[in-house]
Amino acid sequence: MTYLAKDVITVSSPDTGVGRGARPQTYKMKSKRVRPYALTGGRTRTRHQLLVETLISVPEFDPVLAESLMPESRALYTRACQRLSIAELSATLTLPLGVVRVLISDLVGQDAVFIHPTAYAYENNPQVLERILDGLKQLPV
Amino acid sequence: MDSSSSLSDSGLLTISAKIVIAGGFGVGKTTLVNSVSEVAPLNTDAWMTEASEGVDDLPPGGKKSTTTVAMDFGRITLHQDLLLYLFGTPGQSRFWFLWDDLSRGALGAVVLVDTNRIDQSFAAVNYFEHDSVLPFIVAVNRFEGKFAHDLDEVRDALALADDVPLIECDARDRAASIGVLQAVVTHSLALSRVSAPG
Repeated sequence: MTYLAKDVITVSSPDTGVGRGARPQTYKMKSKRVRPYALTGGRTRTRHQLLVETLISVPEFDPVLAESLMPESRALYTRACQRLSIAELSATLTLPLGVVRVLISDLVGQDAVFIHPTAYAYENNPQVLERILDGLKQLPV
Repeated sequence: MDSSSSLSDSGLLTISAKIVIAGGFGVGKTTLVNSVSEVAPLNTDAWMTEASEGVDDLPPGGKKSTTTVAMDFGRITLHQDLLLYLFGTPGQSRFWFLWDDLSRGALGAVVLVDTNRIDQSFAAVNYFEHDSVLPFIVAVNRFEGKFAHDLDEVRDALALADDVPLIECDARDRAASIGVLQAVVTHSLALSRVSAPG
């Protein structure tokens, strides 16, 4: 489990002993890149294949579930109501891709979100490619 | 069937596809994405650390810097139920391991080339020729409408195989960029028909 080891190092590397109130700016700067990894419990792998373009949506928003989630997961859950890709979720919430993948995978495990198939799931078959080509030809220039 | 109609109403049948836009630093990847994307190109910080290649060598308690690498991407709605995403690869070679992640599942790739700095794209061509199964094409970006070399010269300079399509474009021009995307899909389609059984 080298992945786990890597993340433990990442999480534990910042200077310790800096209290939240003591040097807020320093803490804030560091927390931005460290805290998300702590959130995933050091996990970097997911049970579901989540490509950067994989669309995530929320079939039925459950406010009670939303309340029960950690802030980052709640933000993802809420944002995914708009049906966004993993990359868009990462970009709009400024969460690293790997963290988004792990947290989304958790939400899938709770049946909270839906993973859309990608063209890759259809092995980029000719019918899908033809529809893509057709769509490109119809784009307004 | 209320349930099934609500499924399609909420767009659960929508699928997404991806094309990778590769090439060296400053060859116009972001420009191309920008010219065709329906949203302003977004930027995501991939997660990574400087030490990811040699985790075990870290000195205990040693200082470890965490680096993020930004990548641009754009989106095109092709049909109500079909979205196409474009992802620009990070230009710097030290982020190559991210290319595998980005390339996974893509229907194809474009390597953008600037003939004034053709060496910038050697690595990308090499990657798609040898380290990837993705169908790819090479598009020569004509900056300022100038075109320093003809396409045969470019093919020679890149030592590009004859079966890799080579086209020219102006990445700033929407129609031209759409043409590039069409060329990739056409190439992928041709290859998928060749490899399809029967």
